[in-house]
Formats: sequence, C-alpha cells, structure tokens
Amino acid sequence: MSSFNIFDIAGSGMRAQSLRLNLTASNLANAESVSGNAQGVYRPREPVFAALLERETGNDTAARVQVLGVIESNAAPQMRYDPGHPLADEKGYIYLPNVNVVEQMANMISASRSYQNNVEILNTAKQLLLATLRIGQ
Amino acid sequence: MPFNIDKALGIFPQALSLHARRAEMLAANLANADTPNYKARDIDFKAALQSALQSNQSMASQAGAGGMKRTQVGHIGIDSDMEAMGLVRYRVPNQSSLDGNTVNAEVEQAEFTRNAIQYQAALTFLGGRIKTMMSAIRGD
Repeated sequence: MSSFNIFDIAGSGMRAQSLRLNLTASNLANAESVSGNAQGVYRPREPVFAALLERETGNDTAARVQVLGVIESNAAPQMRYDPGHPLADEKGYIYLPNVNVVEQMANMISASRSYQNNVEILNTAKQLLLATLRIGQ
Repeated sequence: MPFNIDKALGIFPQALSLHARRAEMLAANLANADTPNYKARDIDFKAALQSALQSNQSMASQAGAGGMKRTQVGHIGIDSDMEAMGLVRYRVPNQSSLDGNTVNAEVEQAEFTRNAIQYQAALTFLGGRIKTMMSAIRGD
C-alpha cells in the first residue's frame, strides 16, 4: 500500500535528524574533554546523509534518507599550555577537541527544525489516511 | 442504459491517488532537506491527471479486448511509471546552496499543506458521490 510510504519516508528523515541531534549533543558534551596526547583527543562527529531510491519496488519517485555513516573531523586538536594539569604532557600541554560551539548550535537548531517538519508531515499523512478510512460514511 | 460506477465517481479516484503520490514525493523532499546533492522533485499535476484519465479510458475500452496487463513482477509497468512519462519534474531552486541540495523547506511545506487540503477536498467530493449513490439505491 503506497500511502504508508509516507510513514517510512518521514520516519527515515526523523531517524536521520535524531542521529544528527545525538551527534551534536555528543560534540557539545565533549567540547571540554581534555586529553594528554593529540591521538586520544575527542574528534567532532558528523553524519553523512544520502537519498535512497527504491528501484526494487518500482516506486523510484520518492526517496528515503539513508545514513551512510558517521565521519570524524580531522581538524587538528587545540593545544593549551597548562603545566599544572594532571594530564599535561612533558612540555606542559593539554589537548582539547576542535569543537566549534557556534557551529554545533546552528547544527542543532537545523536538525530540530527538520525533525519538526517530518513530524508535521507524519501527522498530516495520518489525518489524511484516517479521513480516507471514513470515506462514504 | 448500463450504469458505470467509474463514471459515477468522476475524476476523484484518480485525483486522490495522484494527490497521494504527490504527498509522498513532497514528504521525500522534506525528509531529504539536509541531504547533499538531493534535487527536489514534484509532479506536473495537470498533465499527470490527464494521462491517468486517458489511461483509465483506454484500459476500460481495452478490458473487453484483452488489453495489456501486468501479470509478473518483472514486467515493466504501463500505467505507474510517471517518471518515464516525463511527469516528474525537478524543482527550480530560487536560491542555490553549496552542497547541491535544491530543497526549500518553506516551499515544500506550503505545497504539502496545499496538497493535503486538495486531497481532503477530493475525498469529500468522492464521499458525496458515494452518498448520492447510496441514497439512490435505498430509495428513501
């Protein structure tokens, strides 16, 4: 039944956006996670989205969202001179993740708005289907 | 004069299913609002409705003469392939974005709402036709 495709499509959008929201939360929460070396520092994560066309069902006009994976940013970590810190290396540096808080906040707002859009679509589709069930009554 | 239920229901069954397809497509546009390189698509509604009506008429006239039917999954669809008939168009973006995405969430949302209301209107008209037939059958 094709009408239920909307639920799959909007659901895939919500899943993708909630993953993005989760990763933003993780990035913001770990913005101050200190490490003693450049390798062990937290790297900001971001999802990669792609459109999934349904060739096999013959209905290739509507595309779901597919999460291809999560990438870690390869931006160099920030070094801070803090010799009194227990994790400081022999030169007195600690390493902080390269999380841009402003960028993450913008990302968060965009993700939550997109999520809301998908919820709205889902509600409208539900109302239309229920009205269709009552046809002729 | 033989009574034809398809004729009594008018264009509304075809309009309903087209509105449903369009809702699906607009939902996909909104779901992919953040997908890089995704191009927003929409149905040319007028042309799609016309071709649906024509194929319905030709199917009705062919039904007695053994017209083409899809009997296996692997067969190429003759009526559902809107993309092959050029009825699915890409939307022209009014502002470009760096990641190649052409979805404008506000436009898509407005179109989705409009489509939902049109769906409900078609549904109401169809229900009215059914009610008319029911009262003719009951005769009270």
